[in-house]
Amino acid sequence: MPNKIDDARNRWEETSLNKVLNRFPEWREEFVTGSDKPVDRLYLPEGSTEEEYLEKIGFPGEYPFTRGVQPTMYRGRLWTMRQYAGFGSAAESNRRYKFLLEQGQTGLSVAFDLPTQIGYDSDAPLAAGEVGKVGVAIDTLADMEVLFDGIPLGKVSTSMTINAPAAILLCMYIAVAEKQGLERRSLRGTIQNDILKEYVARGTYIFPPEPSMRLVTDTFAFCTAEVPEWNSISISGYHIREAGSDASQEVAFTLANGIEYVKAAVKAGMTVDEFAGRLSFFFNAHNDLLEEVAKFRAARRIWARIMKERFGARDPKSMSLRFHTQTGGSTLTAQQPDNNIVRVAVQALAAVLGGTQSLHTNSREEALALPAEDSVRLALRTQQILAHESGVTATIDPLAGSYYIEALTDRIELEVWQYIDRIEALGGMIPSIQEGFVQRQIQEAAYRTQKDIESGKRVVVGVNKFQAEERPPRDLLKVDPAIREVQLARLAEVKSRRNGERVSATLEALRKGARDTDTNLIPLILAAVQEYATLGEICQILREEFGEHHETIVL
Amino acid sequence: MVAETKKAGFCRILIAKPGLDGHDRGAKYIARALRDEGYEVIYTGIRQTPEAIVKTAIQEDVQFVGLSLLSGAHNELFPRVVELLREQGAADIKVFGGGIIPEEDVRALKDKGVLAVFGPGTVTRDIVAFIESAR
Amino acid sequence: MDLYAGVLAAEPRAVGRAISLIENRDAQAEALIDRLYPHTGKALMIGVTGSPGAGKSTLVDRLIDRERGAGRKVAVIAVDPSSPFTGGAILGDRLRMQSHATDPGVFIRSMASRGSLGGVAAATGDAVRVLDAAGYDTVFIETIGVGQTEVRVVELSDLVLLVLMPGAGDEIQAMKAGVMEIGDIFVINKKDLPGADRLRLEVEYVLSFKNPQGGSDEPVVMASAVNDQGIDELAAALGRRLAQSRADGSLERRRRFRIGRELEGILSRKIHELLDVHVEVSKQLGGWIEELYRKEARPYALVEQQIERFLKDRGKEADT
Repeated sequence: MPNKIDDARNRWEETSLNKVLNRFPEWREEFVTGSDKPVDRLYLPEGSTEEEYLEKIGFPGEYPFTRGVQPTMYRGRLWTMRQYAGFGSAAESNRRYKFLLEQGQTGLSVAFDLPTQIGYDSDAPLAAGEVGKVGVAIDTLADMEVLFDGIPLGKVSTSMTINAPAAILLCMYIAVAEKQGLERRSLRGTIQNDILKEYVARGTYIFPPEPSMRLVTDTFAFCTAEVPEWNSISISGYHIREAGSDASQEVAFTLANGIEYVKAAVKAGMTVDEFAGRLSFFFNAHNDLLEEVAKFRAARRIWARIMKERFGARDPKSMSLRFHTQTGGSTLTAQQPDNNIVRVAVQALAAVLGGTQSLHTNSREEALALPAEDSVRLALRTQQILAHESGVTATIDPLAGSYYIEALTDRIELEVWQYIDRIEALGGMIPSIQEGFVQRQIQEAAYRTQKDIESGKRVVVGVNKFQAEERPPRDLLKVDPAIREVQLARLAEVKSRRNGERVSATLEALRKGARDTDTNLIPLILAAVQEYATLGEICQILREEFGEHHETIVL
Repeated sequence: MVAETKKAGFCRILIAKPGLDGHDRGAKYIARALRDEGYEVIYTGIRQTPEAIVKTAIQEDVQFVGLSLLSGAHNELFPRVVELLREQGAADIKVFGGGIIPEEDVRALKDKGVLAVFGPGTVTRDIVAFIESAR
Repeated sequence: MDLYAGVLAAEPRAVGRAISLIENRDAQAEALIDRLYPHTGKALMIGVTGSPGAGKSTLVDRLIDRERGAGRKVAVIAVDPSSPFTGGAILGDRLRMQSHATDPGVFIRSMASRGSLGGVAAATGDAVRVLDAAGYDTVFIETIGVGQTEVRVVELSDLVLLVLMPGAGDEIQAMKAGVMEIGDIFVINKKDLPGADRLRLEVEYVLSFKNPQGGSDEPVVMASAVNDQGIDELAAALGRRLAQSRADGSLERRRRFRIGRELEGILSRKIHELLDVHVEVSKQLGGWIEELYRKEARPYALVEQQIERFLKDRGKEADT
């Protein structure tokens, strides 16, 4: 039904617009988002009604949560500034954590090295060259004690990026906190614990999907009962995006993984409202600011609907998609690294305008190395400037009502539902992963993006356009190569001090428990951890009982 | 698309990810791109030990091994691959690397027998040029 | 490097290099094959064919386990298609055989088809001889997997394993005579997928027509390679079939047939090469095409002319 706005648009196009276009054509045939989707010249009111607003957009803190998960958002409390950090030894990382807390960071985020993430001790043959490189090396509870030495775990929430052995690190954290005299009931934090995305985008899996899901649901049950303030999972899209997916795929595959976890927990006997309030998410903040804002809003709306309609959640908390965001690492360049500061600022702004609960901002040299102190401080300052100087926190969901943002939110939502439906048709996320469907989608998107960069269609400033003479990079952080020897010495020392018999006993109990799917493994893991069993020893038992996963390579 | 004149004959290349790093976006892209350029590419996935990589290289009698690594373990793992190739009578197989490798480590890697190192922002053209000049 | 000695000693570098020589049609390759020939004829050649995605590589991986368990050395040639546009290839089959990555008793070689039709590469026939001479007891030849055109694998193998999977349209494929005649043992992989039983019935139905009198009585094996199910049955079926073919002479007939086919192939190639020396086919081809296109020449007469020229030249050579 033509209306006044349509008529006016036609008139505008025929007169003012065409006059200019005839003399100055637009500099591109087609404009696209960061995800390669078409962008119109102008967005206009869709003639939306009050019903539509109430149904699709609504109010912050209320279903469908499009505008945000809390009624006051940043007016009540700013997002948590939580810089992912960790490298080398526990002592070095402890120093970095204290530095960050002093500089005004409001939550901790622990990065573990690859051997730790994959369940190997620092002395394992496969750990050669990897100890302490991408995160802190944790072999036993002793390392964990040093990691948090002098940091009051009762006053700070800690996020740990750990997946396959998440249960073990959680137990270590609890053990450290209890040694600090704290009650586990009061502990706040998150374990990433999102094994499904490991199979498609990150690669730090250990066991096959079925026993891995069992470990995940065991942690849900344990946390619900014993650590109720803890987020037992951070269902992640960040890595899926980094692997090359576009914005809609990032949301779709993340929420599809979420569906899988909820299904598994329900199958394990929990009721939705028991645990769903403690599910959290983790997204990427990529280059295209407006698309990212729309993406976050769409994600909230879709998850709310899934939880309510598919899983029958009643508690609004179960329907609220709370998320942490990290600015997109793969967008940063080695060329002209200072440009990255600007990229991160734009990406952080997207996350804030998108309503994130927690944020990590990358540092300028991250295409080359882990950040030096002054770089990470600058990254933190970026968040603080946004929070205190930019004014965007003064109102909630400020971009709502933008014709473009609402159109984009709707479009992303549509695309996400299409992916979710396809995955359901394949039998869910696990068959989709085993069959390679998800990996193929990500691969194709990654391939197209890179081809566009190589052809120049997609501009990367400083790399394929606006290049400059490169200066050698400034002092980059170097991980002390002696870290491996240091860890080996510590390991030997811990092994000599501990009670070998008790360690064996706890490990045997764990083995027995692993064979019985009705047993919750977390208390057994906690017992082993408290006796200073090593991460590798615990994982070895589980490897023997569960088997190891082998990649389904899709090329 | 081919920037340089390709030499006649077939060229077999192994793309491998040594160590524990699971970021395979780049390796997969390069494998596919090199196939598009007319090379025969073998890709063996993540979490490969240097021993397995070398065994594969020898069985497949590749001319090049491209190692992709983003976890910082390149100083240990890349030279190990070169060393093992030499020990097993395959010193003529040429090794190149890519990923997150600081400029200051490149010199040492080259001294240890890694012929070229490709950092972030590398495009397929660069790798093809290297392969054609080194064949 | 003395490739002859190296191959006989099963040195991986020598075996790998020898296969490359053959792939690249190196001048030394033919002499090497002749030298190695007396040392061949011991290995069991098992062809593995079936549609892409049926799980051939994973199945071969499991069979390698069983072979190694029985103390036998195993080699695999896995063929993947070359791109008709770029000439390149992604050789990805060995990914699914990673568990044998460091076993010295296992040798895996990927080959690109390099334009060859028939499901294997032109060099596959000679490449498996190298592996035979190197002492591998069992050689699996895994084809590209495009079904009907995979006749070459029959020529190269002592036994052919045909791998099917439910839901891939194999129900219809199974009906196509060419495919069913290729296999000696039939496997339905991914047996947990819907349609597996129906597929089995259809395959058994078609097989009942194939050999009303004799041939293989082997039932269709149901397997799930990924879950390591049905593999022992498959290995047993292979063993029985092999024993039978030894006993009833069909193995020997088949091997003689293969030699005959290979000989024909070599003769054909050599004659062509010989002709080419005198007649320079590749140089002249463009001109001949033009003449024929313009109807200024006739095809058979043109070729006869060239043969005449060739015989004359050779005659002159013989006189000098």
